[in-house]
Amino acid sequence: MAGIHVKTTINGDAVEFICQPEETLLDVLRNRLGLTGAKEGCGTGDCGACSVMVDDRLTCSCLVLGAEAEGRSVETVEGMARGSELHPLQRLFIEHAALQCGVCTPGVLIAARALLEKNPNPSEEEIRFGLAGNLCRCTGYDKIVRAVQAAAQEMRGA
Amino acid sequence: MGLVMAGGTDLLVKMKSGLVEPDLIVDIKRIKPLHEVKKTASGISIGAALCNAALGENAMLRKAWPGVVEGATLIGSKQVQGRCTMAGNLCNASPAGDAVPALVAAGAKAVIQGPKGKRKLAIRDVPAGPGRTTLKKGEIITAIELPKREPRSADAYLRFIPRTEMDIAVVSAAVNLTLDAKGVIKKAAVALGAVAPTVLDVPAAARALIGTKLDDAALDRLAEAARAACRPIDDKRGTAAFRIQVAGVLAQRAARTAYARAGGK
Amino acid sequence: MVTLKDNSLANPTEAAPPTTSEPGPHEPLLSKHHFKSVGTRPLRPDGIDKVTGRAKYGADHNLPGQLVGLVLRSPHAHARIKAIDTTRAARLAGVKAVITAADLPDHTGGDEGLFDILDNCIARDVARYDGHAVAAVAAVDAATARAALKLIKVSYEVLPHVTDVDEAVKANAPLINPKNFTRGVEPAPARPSNIAKRSTFGHGNVEAGFKAADVIIARTYRTEQTHQGYIEPHACVASISPDGTGELWVCTQGHFAYRQWCAAILGMDVAKLRVTSSEIGGGFGGKTHIWMEPLALALSRKANRPVKMVMSRDEVFRASGPTSATSIDVKLGVKKDGTITAGSATLRYTNGPYFGMWAELGAMTAFACYDLENVETIGLEVLVNRPKVAAYRAPSAPEAAFAIESAVDEAAKTIGMDPVAFRIRNAAREGSRSSYGPVYGPIGIGPTLKAAQNHPHMKAPLGPNQGRGMACGFWFNFGGQTCSDLNIGVDGTVTLSVGTVDVGGSRASLALCVAEELGIPYDHVRCVVADTGTLGHNDMTDGSRGTFSSSMALIFAARNAINVLKARAAQMWEIPLENVVWKDGHAHATGDGHGNLAPLSLKEIAASAPNTGGPIAGHAEITADGAGVSFATHICDVEVDPETGRTRVTRYTVIQDAGKAVHPAYVEGQYQGGAAQGIGWALNEEYVYGRDGRLQNPTFLDYRIPVCSDLPMIDTQILEIPNPNHPYGVRGVGETSIVPPLAAIANAVSNAAGVRMTHIPMSPPRVLAAMTSADKLGV
Repeated sequence: MAGIHVKTTINGDAVEFICQPEETLLDVLRNRLGLTGAKEGCGTGDCGACSVMVDDRLTCSCLVLGAEAEGRSVETVEGMARGSELHPLQRLFIEHAALQCGVCTPGVLIAARALLEKNPNPSEEEIRFGLAGNLCRCTGYDKIVRAVQAAAQEMRGA
Repeated sequence: MGLVMAGGTDLLVKMKSGLVEPDLIVDIKRIKPLHEVKKTASGISIGAALCNAALGENAMLRKAWPGVVEGATLIGSKQVQGRCTMAGNLCNASPAGDAVPALVAAGAKAVIQGPKGKRKLAIRDVPAGPGRTTLKKGEIITAIELPKREPRSADAYLRFIPRTEMDIAVVSAAVNLTLDAKGVIKKAAVALGAVAPTVLDVPAAARALIGTKLDDAALDRLAEAARAACRPIDDKRGTAAFRIQVAGVLAQRAARTAYARAGGK
Repeated sequence: MVTLKDNSLANPTEAAPPTTSEPGPHEPLLSKHHFKSVGTRPLRPDGIDKVTGRAKYGADHNLPGQLVGLVLRSPHAHARIKAIDTTRAARLAGVKAVITAADLPDHTGGDEGLFDILDNCIARDVARYDGHAVAAVAAVDAATARAALKLIKVSYEVLPHVTDVDEAVKANAPLINPKNFTRGVEPAPARPSNIAKRSTFGHGNVEAGFKAADVIIARTYRTEQTHQGYIEPHACVASISPDGTGELWVCTQGHFAYRQWCAAILGMDVAKLRVTSSEIGGGFGGKTHIWMEPLALALSRKANRPVKMVMSRDEVFRASGPTSATSIDVKLGVKKDGTITAGSATLRYTNGPYFGMWAELGAMTAFACYDLENVETIGLEVLVNRPKVAAYRAPSAPEAAFAIESAVDEAAKTIGMDPVAFRIRNAAREGSRSSYGPVYGPIGIGPTLKAAQNHPHMKAPLGPNQGRGMACGFWFNFGGQTCSDLNIGVDGTVTLSVGTVDVGGSRASLALCVAEELGIPYDHVRCVVADTGTLGHNDMTDGSRGTFSSSMALIFAARNAINVLKARAAQMWEIPLENVVWKDGHAHATGDGHGNLAPLSLKEIAASAPNTGGPIAGHAEITADGAGVSFATHICDVEVDPETGRTRVTRYTVIQDAGKAVHPAYVEGQYQGGAAQGIGWALNEEYVYGRDGRLQNPTFLDYRIPVCSDLPMIDTQILEIPNPNHPYGVRGVGETSIVPPLAAIANAVSNAAGVRMTHIPMSPPRVLAAMTSADKLGV
């Protein structure tokens, strides 16, 4: 089957690729563009490990076709830091031990940032429901929620 | 085989499991009018490609139809919400689809475009059975229409899931009410999900409420009528007995919420 | 698989001989009580890579020219494989290799355990569960590989199956293995059955004990099968060269073990296979076994190209290693004053199609929290047509604890005694003979119970429809073979090579231990997980042994390095070695006339190393014993909706003995993570099989692990009763916290709902049915 030529923007950079029609954005990011931060935990939108932003909407990249990225703006965890300066969420996740194995962390960070951008002062319940689409099997979520609370506080004050 | 894609949250899952193998996918998300929410002569028209997260951000819809919005915004996670649509949920035709019961209770219609032109169909008549709709070959849904809202009207949607998020509804109930000036229910609709091959519109349950102020006797009759209408199965998500029992509970709770929202006390 | 071959469990006693003098440098005895680095909370070394997406997990690695490997799996629970025709698949353009069991000849040499591993990797003539691998392909891309799988024709003869633990032990049940005669029974049975082994533990006279009781509690409990639920599916990249050497990149808890098994199955010398462990996205015991790795290697060998193989989520559930499903009979005899006079249990645990030791572990741990005069446990390993059971965090203990702690709770209630006080009365203590044999040294169960009694959680008021439950848990923890290297660079920074995979932050903890021992800042120490080519054998990261045993090996390695450092200092100062001591990261000169010698820092000595004898290093190879049993008490509040049976956990507290918490934040994380898994297990997680023997819920949609909004904050209290058999008192911590939650929540739900729950998970239909049924006995 002929490939589809796609022009898109990823983490602010203009990117072009060719993909098959049935390839997901997750497949493209990981296999064609070397951006392995987004993970495939289930491939069916049930775990959130593949979370990315597409045109400012939080989405599971396993539920987006690669071809759909045409003309859109995609953000992945690799674009979260500014050079060597970590985003407050990234820094506070390390400080609060909010990761153990770390495989869910890229997805959680993207979802947490999306949450705080819409709601800079979330309650604990709002954080928990905002992250309900991101499965974590290691932490029991406690330190993740605390890290997000700390980041929200810092980002409001900054 | 060509398939329409709005959010793709069901389509891509079916493709991954090999359930469908389309030769062609038509992405309707770049058709601007399909994202519009607009007031029309007969009510409100919601474009079929509008993602449910955006639907949930629409203050006018939240105010007029909180139950419809609840149904739409409970689907999946925040990630899924950024993609999924009511029309997609309807066309996927799962008996447990969250968007459908409140649309049925609202008396909503699907606006359908096909090779032979345009038609409108009550939402209730779109699902034909699990995974099947009554749409004919070449037809797609372009919009969902909600009727004009009378004063002192409100709806509510509740679903039962074992966790707090991310589950398919085990059983669900939507109640739509209109009250008179004294707080007496003058119009009602009750719809149940996940208790039959398609969403059930339960007129007997609605009749149990009409003319009442939602007293305990009315609520008991409501639950009884709701349960009597159920034809559920045992499956990995719940037993038939459980679904029947809880259908009555949810109908009562949804009725209470809708009544309070409509101004009833 | 957890093996009892090592000595850790047979090691009879924790009681350290009283030390009147300092233990020798390599004696695994507690020697330190005050710490500068250990017990602090520095940042972990792999943190930045993990928050930026740079860290490489199993599926993140690629080799040039690699092929995509996919596996064809049986859709039948039990079927004889009559023939497999791969010709059309092999001819498809883009397919470079197709394999069946014929491509993996039997090199096991009669080793039954290894043969079972081989048979599980790819079915030889019988498919034993829905999802059992029967063939595999390697092709240039995923689409071609998928198309190739469709072209493989397998002809099956479907056989009767059995998937339920209680059905499988019935006399007329279909036989999983017609040559299985129950082991551990004298005389051996004449007829085959699905019971692979019967094991017993205990002491005293339970019959007499029951006779002496005022109250008898007798119940049967059931737990359904669960999965570890790690978010990262199994993934590997295998590459075998024409000269017979090979490389395997894989997510694993034990790259040395994987090397050993894969080499054996492929008929390779162990030294010819180099295994590199990727970062691991969760394991919890499920990545201590090989699953499809030999298939990737065999495909690579046949295609002469690297093969990447990643399991789908569906395959992870159907064809990796879930827990046992269990059926447990418990009998407890209790006096009115609260003394347990006797306890007995018969524990039936499913093993999948192959013989394991799961019921045995359950039988050992069941009564381990208590000091009992009369106790007997019988474990029965039950074969069923389900995937091979693997370890899941304190394997087999949660199920047994659910049964015993529920019975204990009921006993306390029946005689009108507070559940914590009841347990304190009967708790094991130093000198108690455990129910599984050894005598306990200093242990934490008493302290955790006392801490629970005094915890504010116990005094918090409960609202309507709410209930509180508590339970205790135990885990052995393991030691095992461990090798570590410590190398000091000329700039005085230290690199550690360890062979235990870091599953949750242990690199930070290990660096803390070495910083402590050497007396240098944590930031000067860097810890790396080495591959199999660069370090001697290391047992897996399981049994809560990662930090325990690697820290012990590193502490010994550091002491070796200190000896070298002291010798170099003596050389630089030209004074006798016995006049050099090591303190706070410096060599100090002692003795007459040496007072004017300024102390030499590690950095200074390292800088001079090229002139004093070359690179400075320390090394240790040990079999770490005395891992230190770990006890916990959990308290849980739930709210049960009386109209739907839905349970919400409103408050949760973990109190657990860590011996010595090297990095408290990561110890807390282990407590919270284990508790969360136990909560999911207690309330919602289960494998659902149809009558056709097929798994119905192999997805995260319908295999329901807790999401963020399901849980409250999980409070933790770390107790430190030092392990006398570790230089710093460290005990394993990773596992015990999954043991109490099933019972703590069952007791809480039973209290909230007014019914005794005996079937896990306590999903809403089960709770509602229990609440509405006439006798309220539970389902």
